[in-house]
Amino acid sequence: MELVVFVLAAAMILVGAVGVIVRSNPVHAALSLILTLFGVAVMFVAQNAHFLAAVQVIVYAGAIVVLFLFVIMLLGVDRSEDLSTEPFKVQRPLAAIVGLGLVGLVVAAVVSSRDAITARGDGLNVADAIGDGDTNIKQLARSVFGDYVVAFEVTSVLLVVAVVGTVLLTRRIKGSGKDS
Amino acid sequence: MFAVLGLDPLAIGDLIWAPLLIILLKVVVIFALGLLVTMFMVWFERKAIAGMGNRIGPNKAGPWGLLQTLADGIKLFFKEDLLPDRADRFVFKLAPYLAFVPAFLVWSVIPLGGDFSDGKDGLVEWFGHTTRVQLADPPVGILLFMALSAVAVYGIMLAGWSSGSKYPLLGSVRASAQMVSYEAALGLSIATVLLLSGTLSTSGIVGNQGGIADWHVVSTGVVPFVIFMLAATAEMNRPPFDLVEAEQELVGGFNTEYSSIRFGLFFLAEFMNTVTMSGIIVTLFFGGPQGLFDIPVIPGAIEGTIWFIAKVLVFLYVYVWMRATLPRFRYDQLMDLGWKILIPASLGWFMLMAVLQLGRDEGWNRGVVGVISGVVIAGCAALMSAAVRTSRANRDREGAMF
Repeated sequence: MELVVFVLAAAMILVGAVGVIVRSNPVHAALSLILTLFGVAVMFVAQNAHFLAAVQVIVYAGAIVVLFLFVIMLLGVDRSEDLSTEPFKVQRPLAAIVGLGLVGLVVAAVVSSRDAITARGDGLNVADAIGDGDTNIKQLARSVFGDYVVAFEVTSVLLVVAVVGTVLLTRRIKGSGKDS
Repeated sequence: MFAVLGLDPLAIGDLIWAPLLIILLKVVVIFALGLLVTMFMVWFERKAIAGMGNRIGPNKAGPWGLLQTLADGIKLFFKEDLLPDRADRFVFKLAPYLAFVPAFLVWSVIPLGGDFSDGKDGLVEWFGHTTRVQLADPPVGILLFMALSAVAVYGIMLAGWSSGSKYPLLGSVRASAQMVSYEAALGLSIATVLLLSGTLSTSGIVGNQGGIADWHVVSTGVVPFVIFMLAATAEMNRPPFDLVEAEQELVGGFNTEYSSIRFGLFFLAEFMNTVTMSGIIVTLFFGGPQGLFDIPVIPGAIEGTIWFIAKVLVFLYVYVWMRATLPRFRYDQLMDLGWKILIPASLGWFMLMAVLQLGRDEGWNRGVVGVISGVVIAGCAALMSAAVRTSRANRDREGAMF
């Protein structure tokens, strides 16, 4: 059962990921990204991380990709692009090298820490499925608001700075600059 | 894996035929009931609005026009299914299902009945098996509802975009901005409820609302309920927040180019959302199937369903009433209400409830906690309104365009 779920979810993730790169229409690419995100959510459920799965769908699929689509539609860049011409020649070989390097790094990391992964066993300390359904959230809350509260708060400051910066950058004053 | 199946007590232990049949029966009954209820909701809305507008409304098909929706549905089935020339074919066909399926799936997490009296936790006995009058009770319950309403945005958004026409595109751009904005207020008011219930599962939330004083509408102090109601109306794109369709400006909004059964699916999804959203409101704030008093003769499990239906009907009427009474918002008013009033208010109220909860747990003096948090909230509100006023003045002075 678990293997079937894994294979299906992995297929979803891979098809979506390839689609993001290959589809020439930006909206189709964004939809492929949603497929990948849903696949990851299924993986989370299979690992008993229900809360993460729900948040994955709500935040990534429900807010971030909606924002992508919003920008694509608003800017009107939703026409198919010709992928055969390459304006920046070094880009593709460089991307291939970086991609291979990344795969190599991940494989190396997994191989070198194989013992640690198997020793960890169940991953998160999951309570009995029949017992308390809220263990997931309690554990997450304890680490986010307890152990790592400083990092969490710093991240929130970072986000606020990003928002303020965006507002400042996009503000246009009448009579100044090229626009009228 | 049992947790994946939604923690139904039936699914634990050996899977034999009787439990499987009960689950299948639940699925079929909820599916059929969902369609039927939606059909009558359409009739109810038309009839009630007609009454408020001093008209007669549907009265030809069936007694009191009850079968009007059925007739309309059959007509829709047999209409020609148009596919615009400039449409993006795949997405155009996909979009109605993205709107329709989430609307249906919300049914699965709403407790439709059950006996919650005397700590019975909503479990009922059917043919010698213990189960819930609810399709699934996953540990993330109410978050599943949030996730589904997030997915529903895509249906409307992609429908407008894939039509390859200007007015639907405008409608869908409005829809995505509106639904994403109001989701924040929706989520924050749900969080206030979760603070008190201490669990995400919908049956747990209902179980936490024993008497009327424990109903979350009372125990969270009405404000989250009002915010939830407004945000939910915007989330469903119902009047007075139906800028997505806005017949006077956008022809028909996102579904202008749709016809036949694909239009029917959008229509169905919209009305089903109204019913399920009323169900969610009742679950979160009004004790779900928990009754005010014991109805004599009728057994506890059925009694819950009766109470649930009665409460949902009240909200359905309120939605129709709002549609008949209130004119549509302007777009900037909609965004102002969402971002400058609802989100700060729900955040502030959430903090207040958190402080009160902490005070209860730690045994702090209630009066002192109340006074201090009142002062802090008043200060925050003053700062907020000062900030809004200053930035508006600055923009006027500098002549900022956007």
